[in-house]
Amino acid sequence: MDNLFGFFSALGNPDFPFVRNALLAGLLSSILFGVIGSVVTVKRIAGLAGAISHAVLGGIGIALYLSATGKVPGITPMAGAIVFAILAAAIIGVVSLKAKQREDTVIQAIWAIGMSIGVLFMAKTPGYTDPSSYLFGNILLISTKDLVLLFSLDVIVILLAWRFYPQIEATSFDEEFAQVRGIPTQWVFLLMLTITAVAVVLLQTFVGIVMVIAMLTLPAGTAGYWAKNLAAMMGLGTLFSALFSFGGLAAGWMLDVPVGAMVVVIAGGVFLGTAATKMLLTYRRRRALHHD
Amino acid sequence: MSDVPIALRFSHVAFSYEALSVLEDVNFHIHAGEFSALVGPNGSGKTTILKLILGLEQSQKGEVLLFGDAPRKNRSMIGYVPQHITYDPTFPISVLEVVRMGGLLSISRKGRLERDTAAYAALEQVELRDLAQRPYSELSGGQRRRVLVARALVAGPKMLILDEPTANMDAESEKRLFDTLRFFKGKTTILIVTHDMSTVSSLTDRVFCIGAQKPGQKGRTVVQHSLEPLLNSPTELYGGSALRVLHDVELPADYCTFDGGPNNG
Repeated sequence: MDNLFGFFSALGNPDFPFVRNALLAGLLSSILFGVIGSVVTVKRIAGLAGAISHAVLGGIGIALYLSATGKVPGITPMAGAIVFAILAAAIIGVVSLKAKQREDTVIQAIWAIGMSIGVLFMAKTPGYTDPSSYLFGNILLISTKDLVLLFSLDVIVILLAWRFYPQIEATSFDEEFAQVRGIPTQWVFLLMLTITAVAVVLLQTFVGIVMVIAMLTLPAGTAGYWAKNLAAMMGLGTLFSALFSFGGLAAGWMLDVPVGAMVVVIAGGVFLGTAATKMLLTYRRRRALHHD
Repeated sequence: MSDVPIALRFSHVAFSYEALSVLEDVNFHIHAGEFSALVGPNGSGKTTILKLILGLEQSQKGEVLLFGDAPRKNRSMIGYVPQHITYDPTFPISVLEVVRMGGLLSISRKGRLERDTAAYAALEQVELRDLAQRPYSELSGGQRRRVLVARALVAGPKMLILDEPTANMDAESEKRLFDTLRFFKGKTTILIVTHDMSTVSSLTDRVFCIGAQKPGQKGRTVVQHSLEPLLNSPTELYGGSALRVLHDVELPADYCTFDGGPNNG
């Protein structure tokens, strides 16, 4: 209890701005996780998002190398990450749309090649670079500038989701029908992938690659068990994501463990618990019907 | 020559997937207001013809005209009822939301209220208005199919296309579906695509069969067959009455009931 009290007093303590920033980042990320996560879940492109977010490591590695060796002074890891994310999204998008076979092979190849490029360049980067800090991130290192970036992407994503909601819903539910209704489904898909890629870059610099994938799928997946429609799933997903982030931050602080990993464990636990409860309820209802 | 406008015309259409020739020299036409059936065994090219009509594929040779223009231009006039076997039961969506989708046009976001009104009217048409707020996944297979019919009706289509409408459907739903179709017969052009080669609903004016290969051709073509009443048809079939397809009585594919002879114009 003392620990919990300590966490709340740290949140209000002006000497610990990083705790407050971490909480704000968690809340701002939640909107992206809830909205984009729901689209990724119903559109079943979590695998594609996974490949993009891992391939991003290649861009980070190259940027670190170029900057540390003075070849391109001042290039940030995020710039490298953005280039790789868009590149990976473009390749994966075109392959998914055009290739009739071996789609998953190409996607896994991009996943593995991207990560390996990252590790190779980090190994040749002067000074020590730990790849695992990019896998799990560090939410406690967030600056005010990062928060502004996150907030901007939140606004863009909410606007896009509102404006194109009927198209997103239709293409995710029944792509062929959407196409017959004149919806440019391929462009909608490519736009979804691009937005996901940009969000992945922004999010993974704060929370790490592993947590991005977990948080793009688990809160929305949990919400999917209760939501009546896609919009409710986005809202509930955002709420769950905010709760998991807050819980993970508090637990991480109290137990002195990495926050990112803690958030993922909480999100995963709640998701599995919900899935089990729902399965049990369905089973009992079926049995009750059977006995009637 | 008939005055009734032509809703759909295939002229010398050929289509192949890379080396695999699927359709070759396909010629047939359907007039506005006709009730037609397109039958053929699985793998014969039914889906390809459907995709050509819906503008989802382009023919390599010949021409497909839908209400006088390219399918891509005019396909919004079609109310399409897919077989929808790829449905994801975890997708959270209500019956009303599924039906409302039918009123969408391209990237427009307008007309939510109009689409709602039209969606309720369409649900009324298929006698499922009471289920509007229910999750789509809780419905029976037959009810879901009727919801998809309602979705196709929302935009007031000039042509209805149903892909395997009676597959996995209970007798009650099948009867209600054909009641709905009877209501629209004559008002809307209706095309049913099915693998059931032996019988079709008694509403059917014309039946086109895929499968015959002309001598020296690899791809399939389309022929028109005659129909005769099926006596003592089982009541669970098409809501009560059916027609037998006479596969040995072949009519020219462009044979037309409107003027009693082949019609190429």
